[in-house]
Amino acid sequence: MTDHTDVTSGTDVVSGNGAPGGVPLAKFDDPHLQPYAKNARRAEMLIAALLLLGLAGFCAYGGLYWVGGQTQWEGVFGGVGFFAFGFGLSAWGKYLLPQGPFVEERHSLASTETEVEAMASAIEDRGKMVFYRRGFLGTILGAGAGVMGIVLAFPLLRSLGPPPRKTFDTTDWRAGSYLVDLDGNRIHKADLEVGGSLTVFPEGFAGSSASQTMLIRPGPTDVDIVTLPGRETWGPRGYLAYSKLCTHAGCPVGLYEEALQKLLCPCHQSLFNILTGANPVFGPAPRPLPQLPLMIDSAGFLVAQAGYDQPVGPGFWERS
Amino acid sequence: MSAITSRPGGRVRGRQSRRANKPDPVVAGVRWLDERLGVAKGGRTLLDKIFPDHWSFLLGEIALYSFVVLIATGIFLSLYFIPSAKELIYSGPYVPLRGARVSAAFESTVNLSFSVRSGLVIRQMHHWAADVFVGAIAVHMCRIFFTGAFRKPRELNWMIGITLLILALTNGFIGYSLPDDLVSGTGLRIMFSIVLSIPIVGSYLATFLFGGNFPGDGTIIPRLFIIHVLVVPLIILGLLGAHLGLLVRQKHTQFPGHGRTEKNVVGSPMYPTFIAKTTGFMFVTTGVLWALGGLAQINPIWQFGQYEPYKISYAVQPDWYMGWLDGALRIMPPISWTLWGHTIPFVILFPAVLFPGICFNLFYVWPFVEAKVTGDRAEHNLLDRPRDKPRRTAIGVASLAFFFTLFAASSTDVLANFFKISLNEVVWFYRFAVFIIPAAAGIFAYYLCLEMSGVPGIGRRKRAVVITRSAQGEYESVSTEPRPGDGEAELAPIPVPGRVDLNGDPEPVEAASSGVRRIPRR
Repeated sequence: MTDHTDVTSGTDVVSGNGAPGGVPLAKFDDPHLQPYAKNARRAEMLIAALLLLGLAGFCAYGGLYWVGGQTQWEGVFGGVGFFAFGFGLSAWGKYLLPQGPFVEERHSLASTETEVEAMASAIEDRGKMVFYRRGFLGTILGAGAGVMGIVLAFPLLRSLGPPPRKTFDTTDWRAGSYLVDLDGNRIHKADLEVGGSLTVFPEGFAGSSASQTMLIRPGPTDVDIVTLPGRETWGPRGYLAYSKLCTHAGCPVGLYEEALQKLLCPCHQSLFNILTGANPVFGPAPRPLPQLPLMIDSAGFLVAQAGYDQPVGPGFWERS
Repeated sequence: MSAITSRPGGRVRGRQSRRANKPDPVVAGVRWLDERLGVAKGGRTLLDKIFPDHWSFLLGEIALYSFVVLIATGIFLSLYFIPSAKELIYSGPYVPLRGARVSAAFESTVNLSFSVRSGLVIRQMHHWAADVFVGAIAVHMCRIFFTGAFRKPRELNWMIGITLLILALTNGFIGYSLPDDLVSGTGLRIMFSIVLSIPIVGSYLATFLFGGNFPGDGTIIPRLFIIHVLVVPLIILGLLGAHLGLLVRQKHTQFPGHGRTEKNVVGSPMYPTFIAKTTGFMFVTTGVLWALGGLAQINPIWQFGQYEPYKISYAVQPDWYMGWLDGALRIMPPISWTLWGHTIPFVILFPAVLFPGICFNLFYVWPFVEAKVTGDRAEHNLLDRPRDKPRRTAIGVASLAFFFTLFAASSTDVLANFFKISLNEVVWFYRFAVFIIPAAAGIFAYYLCLEMSGVPGIGRRKRAVVITRSAQGEYESVSTEPRPGDGEAELAPIPVPGRVDLNGDPEPVEAASSGVRRIPRR
């Protein structure tokens, strides 16, 4: 097995690659053109089997589609079809087609120093020529282009939607808003068991994103819950209401953990203690959830004493 | 054939003689094109283009062919998807959803999954292809990084590649936001808050994009749709063309080896070898994605249901490539400043805006930073073995460990639940781990590289030795056949022969009969 080092046998290169005067010529038995497979006949059979398997897969997919289709079998037939067909083709390329090694010369892309300087000076000199004693025109051109850019941004951006104005500062809660559930039914003081929770909205705005509120009844049912000084009347009859918008990224703080008396945001796991004003006790939320002051009207329905005293949801630049 | 035989002056003759009389049709075709476009010289060079053989060169191809699958399946989906937030009552074939108030986007997605034949396979294939696309880009980028392929003269292509990664991430996120299901809506809600957190312009940008406070006036879905199917894909297509164009212009890099220098490329030719291999590989990629689309359920939106702003689910996670940002959001300590009547929600702004911005900018400038630090401004066409560049490899490993840790941190709730430990402890673990694990991994990689570079013959395949025992009890060891990569003498590379004398014997008898490769390769 030492004869293989005689690498040029059988090769008759007429001239260099791509050089004028002819193209390189090789004989079919040139070692560079030999199949990579040890046993080309066996490789051919295997490749044929793969291509046939691919063909069968395509046919099976077609037939299945024709009779109505079935997702998993479509995946199997189409997948096997493409995979086997592709594998066969790749194997053909790898085991039966010329592997060389072949070589291609690589020439530096860089030009000569003269050519570089020629291009640079062409840009520079002609550029200077444009503005020579025409600086005033250049200024106008620049100003015009700048204004054009700014003006074009108007329709591209400003037309898209309304400016924020006070939309992030307020919700639909007003003094006297009845609490309603998603279907618009008012909430009676007897509706929630101790340990229960419900998503509520101001009457007339069921489903509103910004106004969504967690109504929780940690109980007991015969006392008013005071979460913070100054909020003595906000939690009548064991009821508490907090904005459901997380102060972190605005997800609904939907998970009421009764055993801990905490609210958990399922998105990034901020944890709020509902008995102490929904202050964040863990996680990335930087602020307490705003509390909605509640009262119970003469008929026993839950009503908001007032709207939220601060913007709900995540922070933003204009929030003071 | 009739066009040829009925040509004026032509006579219908026997097959053999007609062939001998006619000019070779391929020559005629090439000449026709060449006289109009001048393709012969450049075309020949293109056919002869050399592709070095190394498995790691497939990674970029996976990305390319995933993109082909994305385009093909995406066109199919766009024929059925209705990008509209218009509300309607579901009355399709999926019984559990009947009577539910859903948007047209949601309903059309469910319908194209259940009522269009093969629709579900193709939709899931599209989703899988997106996941594979981003993954292949990331792994391809690692290959480029660790082997130093980004060095001069390929800095521009590295930067195009980073841009493609950003666009792929962006379009992936936008894509899974389109069906208007519970998971996608939750993602959009968080994205709204992220835009909102940008100082000064945040609230304006957010209301402009969504048409008001979240969830807006229903314009976001059609807007995202046109960005997803037209704007971003067009930019990707253009940059992909530039990416491949630069690759042809600058030619491939290659690993050092027998006959391989800075001044050449050694491998197999574009036509026919590489074309066959790569076309086959495109089908293989398609086949894998097709099988995934049929067998591996992904994003079953009918189980999540229509998005409503007040609904939320446990263990809502984004697609994998957004995991590092989600993890960063989760472990960020609650920092928010209110100064002079303005709030800067740093807890969102940093992990979701500044942090990815810093990362991608570092990626962009890396080739120039490395050139500056090492003082190496030479052209490089031979690749590095990662072990030979311990500092670069260590930085790369540390970065990977960093992103993996962040990715893992995006499942804090699932981990806490699975291991029955406190969520707080999991979060605190990651707050430290995100610094400790990368540092440890980087130091480990550094010393591993130093150790490996000192070992002789490392990375070479060792030749197997066969030991036989004779009847007399004598042992004899025989080296086996040399195999590729053994460091054995190889054929000297030759230019691709333009003409092959097909009269030779294609298969030397010796090779065919013994079943043993006569000629060692590479």
